[in-house]
Amino acid sequence: MSIEYLGLSSINGPLIALEGVQDAFFDEIVEFVVDKNEHKMGRIVEVYEDKAVIQVFEGTEKMSLINTHTRLTGHPMEIALSPEMLGRTFNGIGEPIDDLGPINADKIRDVNGLPLNPVRREYPRNYIRTGISAIDGLTTLIRGQKLPIFSGNGLPHDQLAAQIVKQASLGDNSDEEFAIVFAAMGVKHDVADFFRRTFEESGVADHVAMFLNMANDPVVERLITPKVALTLAEYLAFEKNMHILVILTDMTSFAEAMREVSSSKGEIPSRKGFPGYLYSELATIYERAGIVQGVNGSVTQLPILTMPNDDITHPIPDLTGYITEGQIVLDRNLHGQSIYPPISILPSLSRLMKDGIGAGYTRDDHQDLANQLFSAYAKVGEARNLASVIGEDELSDLDKKYLEFGKEFEKRYIGQGPNENRSIQETLDLGWDLLRILPKEELDRVDTKILEQYYSR
Amino acid sequence: MHKTGSIYGINGPVIYLKGNTGFMMSEMVYVGEEKLVGEVISLDKDMTTIQVYEETSGLRPGEIVEASGSPVSVTLAPGIIDNIFDGIERPLERIADTGGAFITRGVSVDSLDRDKLWDTHMTVSVGSELHGGDIIAEVPETRAIVHKCMVPPGMCGTVTDVVPDGQYTIDEVLLTLKTPEGETKKLTMTQKWPIRTARPTSHRFPASVPLVTGQRILDTMFPIAKGGTAAIPGGFGTGKTMTQHQIAKWSDADIIIYIGCGERGNEMTQVLEEFSQLVDPKSGNPLMDRTTLIANTSNMPVAAREASIYTGLTLAEYYRDMGYDVAIMADSTSRWAEALRELSGRLEEMPAEEGFPAYLASRLSAFYERAGMMHNLNGTDGSVTIIGAVSPQGGDFSEPVTQNTKRFVRCFWGLDKSLAYSRHFPAIHWLTSYSEYLTDLAAWYHDNVSPKFVDYRNRLMALLNQESSLMEIVKLIGSDVLPDDQKLVLEIARVIRLGFLQQNAFHKDDTCVSLQKQYKMMEIILYLYKRCRELIAMNMPMSVLKEENIFERVIAIKYDVPNDNMQLLDQYMVDIDNFHNTIMEKNA
Repeated sequence: MSIEYLGLSSINGPLIALEGVQDAFFDEIVEFVVDKNEHKMGRIVEVYEDKAVIQVFEGTEKMSLINTHTRLTGHPMEIALSPEMLGRTFNGIGEPIDDLGPINADKIRDVNGLPLNPVRREYPRNYIRTGISAIDGLTTLIRGQKLPIFSGNGLPHDQLAAQIVKQASLGDNSDEEFAIVFAAMGVKHDVADFFRRTFEESGVADHVAMFLNMANDPVVERLITPKVALTLAEYLAFEKNMHILVILTDMTSFAEAMREVSSSKGEIPSRKGFPGYLYSELATIYERAGIVQGVNGSVTQLPILTMPNDDITHPIPDLTGYITEGQIVLDRNLHGQSIYPPISILPSLSRLMKDGIGAGYTRDDHQDLANQLFSAYAKVGEARNLASVIGEDELSDLDKKYLEFGKEFEKRYIGQGPNENRSIQETLDLGWDLLRILPKEELDRVDTKILEQYYSR
Repeated sequence: MHKTGSIYGINGPVIYLKGNTGFMMSEMVYVGEEKLVGEVISLDKDMTTIQVYEETSGLRPGEIVEASGSPVSVTLAPGIIDNIFDGIERPLERIADTGGAFITRGVSVDSLDRDKLWDTHMTVSVGSELHGGDIIAEVPETRAIVHKCMVPPGMCGTVTDVVPDGQYTIDEVLLTLKTPEGETKKLTMTQKWPIRTARPTSHRFPASVPLVTGQRILDTMFPIAKGGTAAIPGGFGTGKTMTQHQIAKWSDADIIIYIGCGERGNEMTQVLEEFSQLVDPKSGNPLMDRTTLIANTSNMPVAAREASIYTGLTLAEYYRDMGYDVAIMADSTSRWAEALRELSGRLEEMPAEEGFPAYLASRLSAFYERAGMMHNLNGTDGSVTIIGAVSPQGGDFSEPVTQNTKRFVRCFWGLDKSLAYSRHFPAIHWLTSYSEYLTDLAAWYHDNVSPKFVDYRNRLMALLNQESSLMEIVKLIGSDVLPDDQKLVLEIARVIRLGFLQQNAFHKDDTCVSLQKQYKMMEIILYLYKRCRELIAMNMPMSVLKEENIFERVIAIKYDVPNDNMQLLDQYMVDIDNFHNTIMEKNA
């Protein structure tokens, strides 16, 4: 029943309208042949009786109202899946671009996925050791979590993500199968190369599937890239029992693409021109992290987004923060002081941390220690503000101690080498080392017993 | 045969039918071959608009839409408590059993178990005159809750036939009524009620009893009444969900309806797991025995998210009618407002502020006004308390949802980012929050806790306010230059903040604190302040006072005094006197 339609009724940016179609359905995938040689794909985004509005993934260049043949495929956006996809590279809609031939499909899946039933979710509890103190100690990453990195242009978010991948993958759980799904949306070629090189150098390249939509690739394709990548991740995790770390970069480009398409559809904008469904759309991506009961695999997401103008209240980081289970925020000021990784710990948070740390997981003092470090570092900020007004010399002795603590904390705890892999013990002991700079009675967030046990050691 | 129409156009969750279909506003419809559930949201003579509660991909123009003949309703009968539903009262456990771990479309499951036999005790006999709302039977639904089956509102008559006590399903006829018009009506345990209509009551009482939550900043500083309304606004990571969890766990409501509206899947899983294990301090039963969860996570269809709030509210009203105190946790109302905005955008309605539809305020007010302490039709008293989380964009409280919510709630618990950043939890800021119930509840505190309770509370607030203005000076010139009496205010305010306002949800004793202990803690802090002021008045410098560790000891009361050993608190008064004497002796 593959009727071909010749010609189009209108083209507007990435959207085209087609009239006189029969039996088209919402969300159906269509194929175009332009000028008898170029193939493109599109998705039906609105349908009225015999008229369909279609979003073209590869962009509408070269299409005219007469040179295009359109064919309805009869299915929604699907992707062929197979464990062989690890070690391969694909474009933004899941077609191989590494010249190694097509994929032998094991399963074919709708990329939109389905919502995971909350009663069949397993609450994530196993922490992932990243070897980075600021993360392990204060914003612990949990298997099955979605923990984005909020960054800005020019900050080392890529290095940080790469270090997490290297150290987490080669961690203590090497008996379990571990793989990485990497989705790039509108990233620079250099960035994609950087990740490829890092994966090769750390010996994980054959465990990585890369989906690349570059900055100069069509914008609409970007809207599909994370869904394609997550479909593969879910397949590997829940059907092949693997632990999957999904890196999505850069979510800002994804949201910008949505705005672009939305405005060309003539939709009513809400905040900063983004469509009203930005939250729902981001949620369908982020919520695909998790663990299913009775399955040995997991999907952990590490999305990276660059905050426009470093503004954390911009709709993209804002809505992301409401969906994800915490965030790691990078700070330009720390970066300026050559502290790597420049993690600004006060706004950073891991919501799942409280259930994955402590006795039985890391160590009994972990939660109290983390609370105390957060609280002490917040006071450092107050002392610094005061010092900038009245001068450091005029500060009380206690405030001076806080300044010292702040400096040491940033240098030794937050700061570490890009190849330095610290154990949990080292991270926690370092925390106590730093707290000893402060008098004992200042440590008001720690249970009296834990304080006795660890402070005086 | 119900009316039908055929699909003309599809745009996301909104579909259009051409022509005059004869459907009713808010009528529930079944869309397409898969019978997706939808609701009629606008009608004109050329076009019928429907929002679909499930994913619409795969729908084609021309597919049939069938009307159900009734508005979107919930089924009310035993089996609601200790259950988890999606936004339109479909049990998620059943969906998982039939469809697997992922939620597929067009799943047709009954809201409640229709095969389960319930132990039923009939409370009426032949010849009884019954009116709408009257209780006809009692069913132990869980260990904690006795379900009272009622005559649906608007129905009355004389009982002509009644079954004996025994085991019945929710569909079996329990009694037959003969109405004054001469009709016979057969009543089962089950009622249906449209979610967008408030259930009728006799009349409303003014707020007079607090909902005791065991959280110091709430109970003492900003109390909420049973039947009251509260909003918890806060940016992400400030602890909205955590605060709601704490209230759901420890408050003295009989029943908790927890609505996860557009929030995280893992959070709902956590509530489910945790509440099954935790024990209700009042009854000793698992917390799930008094809890119903409505989970419409952020990746579930947006139209059902909009409905989930009303579904939860209707369930709450039903249990209120039985005479229970019900508390609703709505997390988060902003997601509901955004669902309104999303649907409004699809309908191409004229947007008002920030793209929200102009009817946002009226919808919010209609929602919050369904709360209240009520005298029910059957003579019992019950209440619905609504506690709604608000997720303002960018943490900015001036946005439309927060502002409009503020107009309709009487309790405002503003979460503060800087408190959350320094891990001061609950991060409810004492200067931006307020409770209009304080005066209403003063009499209750006077009679049930202590005549001095409200006075103490006001004195703590005054100290915190003084601290805030002193901090303005300290920020400019440092604290060393302040006179000693002001330094004392700062120190006592610190004791209040750390020892009283801050509360550790993960500490076994601190997670829930009785009003009596809250009162005692205030008393100790104020006594400490009084004795220190005497010392300062005798020109003892603050530095000398701080040499003793009494301040730190008072701060640690929350950890050091177990809830079951409150006598220990009396020792602190003695210790403060000793501290006073020691200072006097040393520096005489």
